[in-house]
Amino acid sequence: MARTRRPVVAGWFTDGDADGSTGRTADGTAGSDKTDGTGVAAAPVPHAGFRLLGTRCTACASVFFPREDDWCRNPGCPGGELVETPLSRRGRVWSYTDGRYRPPAPYVSDPDAPWEPYTLVAVELAAEAMVVLGQAAPGVRTADLAVGMEVEVVPGVLHEDAEHVWTTWHWRPVADGSGEAGA
Amino acid sequence: MTDVAVLGAGMHPWGKWGRSFVSYGTAAARAALADAGLDWRDVGSVVGADTVRGGYPGYVAGATFARALGWQGARVTSVYAACASGAQAIGTARAQILAGLADVVLVVGADAAPKGFFAPAGGDRPDDPDWLRFRVLGATNPAYFGLYARRRMALYGDTPEDFAQVKVKNAAAGALNPLARYRTPVSAAEVAASAVVADPLRLLDICATSDGGAALVLSSMGFARRHGHPDPVRIRAVSTVTPVYPRTVLDLPDVATDSAAAVPAPRRSFRSSIARAAYEEAGLGPEELSLAEVYDLSTALELEWYEDIGLCARGEGAKLLREGATALGGRIPVNASGGLASFGEAVPAQAIAQVCELTWQLRGTAGDRQVPGARAGITANQGLFGHGSAVVAVR
Ligand SMILES: [Zn+2]
Repeated sequence: MARTRRPVVAGWFTDGDADGSTGRTADGTAGSDKTDGTGVAAAPVPHAGFRLLGTRCTACASVFFPREDDWCRNPGCPGGELVETPLSRRGRVWSYTDGRYRPPAPYVSDPDAPWEPYTLVAVELAAEAMVVLGQAAPGVRTADLAVGMEVEVVPGVLHEDAEHVWTTWHWRPVADGSGEAGA
Repeated sequence: MTDVAVLGAGMHPWGKWGRSFVSYGTAAARAALADAGLDWRDVGSVVGADTVRGGYPGYVAGATFARALGWQGARVTSVYAACASGAQAIGTARAQILAGLADVVLVVGADAAPKGFFAPAGGDRPDDPDWLRFRVLGATNPAYFGLYARRRMALYGDTPEDFAQVKVKNAAAGALNPLARYRTPVSAAEVAASAVVADPLRLLDICATSDGGAALVLSSMGFARRHGHPDPVRIRAVSTVTPVYPRTVLDLPDVATDSAAAVPAPRRSFRSSIARAAYEEAGLGPEELSLAEVYDLSTALELEWYEDIGLCARGEGAKLLREGATALGGRIPVNASGGLASFGEAVPAQAIAQVCELTWQLRGTAGDRQVPGARAGITANQGLFGHGSAVVAVR
């Protein structure tokens, strides 16, 4: 039976497949030549359409991730409509760590398989002025990271079971990202 | 005057004893009552700090302890604020005393902790941030401690050797405390040889989870004078503040911070605002402290607290440690009890235990770990989900 892709949490990121081509805020068909928002024609950029999704208050412009859909949490805001907004695709590493031991449930892992440590990255998004945590893309180790390094959000797989491929977001160093500390 | 008197302090030794939290809390309560020279039936109100690990009796801890001590009709309150539960219990007791609702209040917290990582409550709860961080990220408590530690290394030049020295210092103090779970000195080499749990932190950088119980008997100053305590240790401030929006430091159990895009970040971080509120209420500042008990969930976090409670400027925590200022015999000993490094965390008991230590230090009865001439102390701690916790006690 074919397994269906399903986000680990609904509504936190675009629901594109690995190419980002069905993302709700996709900015183009994946794999085709296009600009990356800087006006510079880029080489084919996989996952370019993939974004984390937050909400923005129409009254005070506060951004929320995870999304707030009921009320704005700014205590000085009269209260506005909360509209879905994609978060910046790139940010800079605020800090990072890893998990050398198997976390408890509800984290899903195969108890019979040897534990494979994964890396966690906290990323500062400049436009939103916030820090968002995420797992690093597979293969990214703490030794590959530095505070201040530029990273981008990419689609990832959290785990798979008989019916589903559970999708998530990952942070991955940008190929040309510099690693000055102190950002 | 908003002082309340500490008439009695009592603890059940921390460890892994394999019994119910009720047993530890009741033992601590009996010890505190004996220390105060009072009968349980003299107590007008009991405040229990809840545990989420003991089933229903844990959620109604005040009544659970009252029943175990023998129903005597006292007013009852049960509070929960994660690691800050003890401070909430003390704050509640103080409010009742100052409002004239009770002359004598018994405060009790106890826990029986499982081995290993704390895990969220069971069930499928995608609207609970504490469930989500485990489900989506596998982000355990040590993962957050690792993030803070790495950030300090990048910003301030702290090193893993600095972090290890916090453990060495606290283990040396804990070796002098018969109530501590770990009473063996630890060397920097032993810390460095322990396994990495959450890079850059190792097993001996991170506090264990423990069984334990702590209790205080608090009273009005008038009651204390009338009952032969002319000069008791006094609680002068209890800070239970919440953060101010936007909260811009990533904290357990959140997946992200608030956004400062629309509203600028407040001048003070949440952690520093906790101590600030306590100092303002007490009418004293960090320069007047004899000692401090801070929540060293990790070694690196203790350095963060030095800065947050105003013992040094931001970024200078490791320097203060290297100077020896925060060790026993130093200018401002921090965690003279041995801290969480020597106790392990018994969540609802821990903030009460911090005040027990201040009480013994201010009375001059802390034995081999006594801070000479201690006159004022602060406890500082922070509960998950935005609970401030700080107590100032003076003599
Ligand atoms: Zn708003």
